[in-house]
Amino acid sequence: MHLKWDEFFVTGDPLILGAQISIALTSIAIVFVLTYFKKWKWLWKEWLTSVDHKKLGIMYILAAVIMFFRGGVDGLMMRAQLALPNNTFLDSNHYNEIFTTHGTIMILFMAMPFLIGLINVVVPLQIGARDVAFPYLNNLSFWTFMVGAMLFNISFVIGGSPSAGWTSYMPLAGNDFSPGPGQNYYLLGLQIAGIGTLMTGINFMVTILKMRTKGMTLMRMPMFTWTTLITSVIIVFAFPVLTVALALMTFDRLFGSAFFTLEAGGMPMLWANLFWIWGHPEVYIVILPAFGIFSEIFATFSRKQLFGYKAMVVSIVAISVLSFLVWVHHFFTMGNSAAVNSFFSITTMAISVPTGVKIFNWLFTMYRGRISFTSPMLWALGFIPNFVIGGVTGVMLAMAAADYQYHNTYFLVSHFHYVLIAGTVFACFAGLVFWYPKMFGYKLNERIGKWFFWVFMIGFNICFFPQYFLGLQGMPRRIYTYGPEDGWTALNFISTIGAFMMGVGFIILCYNIYYSWRHAKREVSGDSWGEGRTLDWATSSAIPPHYNFAALPEVTTPDAFHHWKQNNVDVHPEKEFKKIHMPHNSGRPLIMSAFFGLGAFGLVFEWYWIGVIGLIGVFATMILRSFEYDDGYYIPVEEVIETEKKNKEAQK
Amino acid sequence: MGHNDSSYANAPLEYQSETGRLNILGFWIFLGAEIVLFSTLFATYFVLHGRTAGGVLPAELFDMKLVLIMTFLLLVSSFTCGIAVHEMRRGSTKGVVIWTILTLLLGAGFVGFEIYEFFHYVHEGASIHTSAYWSAFFVLLGTHGLHVSIGIFWITGVLFQIKKRGLTPQTASKIFISSLYWHFLDVVWIFIFTAVYLIGLGGLL
Repeated sequence: MHLKWDEFFVTGDPLILGAQISIALTSIAIVFVLTYFKKWKWLWKEWLTSVDHKKLGIMYILAAVIMFFRGGVDGLMMRAQLALPNNTFLDSNHYNEIFTTHGTIMILFMAMPFLIGLINVVVPLQIGARDVAFPYLNNLSFWTFMVGAMLFNISFVIGGSPSAGWTSYMPLAGNDFSPGPGQNYYLLGLQIAGIGTLMTGINFMVTILKMRTKGMTLMRMPMFTWTTLITSVIIVFAFPVLTVALALMTFDRLFGSAFFTLEAGGMPMLWANLFWIWGHPEVYIVILPAFGIFSEIFATFSRKQLFGYKAMVVSIVAISVLSFLVWVHHFFTMGNSAAVNSFFSITTMAISVPTGVKIFNWLFTMYRGRISFTSPMLWALGFIPNFVIGGVTGVMLAMAAADYQYHNTYFLVSHFHYVLIAGTVFACFAGLVFWYPKMFGYKLNERIGKWFFWVFMIGFNICFFPQYFLGLQGMPRRIYTYGPEDGWTALNFISTIGAFMMGVGFIILCYNIYYSWRHAKREVSGDSWGEGRTLDWATSSAIPPHYNFAALPEVTTPDAFHHWKQNNVDVHPEKEFKKIHMPHNSGRPLIMSAFFGLGAFGLVFEWYWIGVIGLIGVFATMILRSFEYDDGYYIPVEEVIETEKKNKEAQK
Repeated sequence: MGHNDSSYANAPLEYQSETGRLNILGFWIFLGAEIVLFSTLFATYFVLHGRTAGGVLPAELFDMKLVLIMTFLLLVSSFTCGIAVHEMRRGSTKGVVIWTILTLLLGAGFVGFEIYEFFHYVHEGASIHTSAYWSAFFVLLGTHGLHVSIGIFWITGVLFQIKKRGLTPQTASKIFISSLYWHFLDVVWIFIFTAVYLIGLGGLL
């Protein structure tokens, strides 16, 4: 590829120029603020190099919220373009770029890090551990995710966005139809972020299997921990497929191999299969933790133990198995035989059985419970009917013969937004509000939080419910404009109004974060909602101390913390504290990830010497790690006693 | 962390520290992911098998003698690797070093023959560009060869650490983990031997 230097930055589009200027200004502002307030050292020592699961979780969530903004702006631009027929706000190529980045960012760089962030904050606490099994690796996971996300995100200002859709079907995504660096950004950004996700999966599998506190048998684990365990298993078995698929397409594009090409015997359908063999388990990776979050919230605010715990566990496991057996339903119409389509139709419909079991369990958890309508509970309550709408339309789409009518229309678009937003996004918000005091020591304002819920939830329905009908009227997805004679104007316009309501909802959330930071009452108790049931609420202060638990708790029942409170067990007895072993922070994962990013950036533009420099840097940092014998350090027992005493006094 | 390490006092050296135990389990799970990775490459290979687009066929190039030498080298290296771990259990640093060096030499021989094989094929007109079949061939075998090469560098690094620190729970777990990796690559090779070379030469499929 012969890229001229003046083509390096994307020019000629006022929208992108605006973005470039605002990115530059924001970067300057951040640097200025950090320098002015002398916060660089604090940022480096306390956050960027931290191996503390709670801080990494917060950084994940912060990144996810920023990505939600980016993906959301993409979505609003699409809705603005489609609000009126023959609109010229975006041209066709720009529209293609935006739906590509919207989809990729929302799934991989918003939903996943948001959930992984909550998992990081909560799961080690729920199992009564001091940290994850591999804290250093956890930091590396975060930075590889971050570098992958940043690499993908800069594409639209440097070199040009990918525009072949988030599924990047071949031959569209090949060199002939997608020349230039855009698609390379997609391949390499996802590859690097995928490495981080795989390591997170391994990390949490080992953490949950090996780091549980005394008495925490598998069947006493909180449901969120269960869903995390199963999600981790899915990650470990699904992500290597993505790794291979991305690598093969990278070879096709950069080195002239013929895996998915039309000539030389290549097979474009191989990409579609590999992509969805990863892609379908991926949607369960982002929905199972959501189910876990809702399970915790329903139990907490119904003041009851989760109904049908065992059935819940069985259904998660069943979903995880079935998730690997349904991938063909993403391309029923792409030339499979009737027998193949029938098989995948049936497996797809079968998935609704364990999912239905879970829905009933949540309903029965609430039955005869004393429900308090806090804002996390509102999200959970809103989830059920909205998610069911998405699920039922999913079963409609699962019927292969009928799918010939629905496929590639707005019916499908509406379906997956109903499951992904009402499922995953609602859960992210619910979890954020629910565990906010655990992360920051104060709650988000409930009044503003309820406004956020209602505006966002109503906006969501106004946006997406009309799209079912647009789909049934034949409006195809991924078109950048339509004519007035098509008769889709009114519903499209309504849909756009809903989209902007969701945008307003997001602004309310941001305002709430600011408002609560300034005004919210600071919590002193670890049990901020007063109804906590699991060990994450059993910490001695609102924000758990660095070591989480001064003495590792011993549990004898499910919902151990609730049990202790019922039986007046002293949750923080002045045991004979011991010194606590903790791992050191490290800056190396960040440096290693930066080399990953540098090398990948070189490959994007086919400047191979930069790629080689990046690779050498990655291996050098790995070797340094191998030769490092760091046994961590001990928090002296005096410090533990001091901290615990202070926490106890604060609560009186 | 570090609680009840005492109950593992009689366990093999590599299991005695908690870090060692966690790392070993983590690595087993990583190998699970590696199995998926190679399975995907094998699936790709089978899907693209025979799609040579009128170019040179595998049966025209494969040379059983070369393949058998490579197989012999790698299988024997797995054996010597096993002895190295056995020496570690006996507490013999010298034994570990000698048998590991032998393992690495055999591995390097394997990689050398593979590089020769690749150059030979490219010279005969079968490269990654030639056809979908050869793309799949080179990426499957290249991925395996790259794993072996990385293993050689990695284990060399571990050897230096043993030289410096002797056999401790930390170094022992590193030897053990790298041996798991080495055996795993051997298993993958057996599948390559069968699926690529035997089937390719026999003209099956």
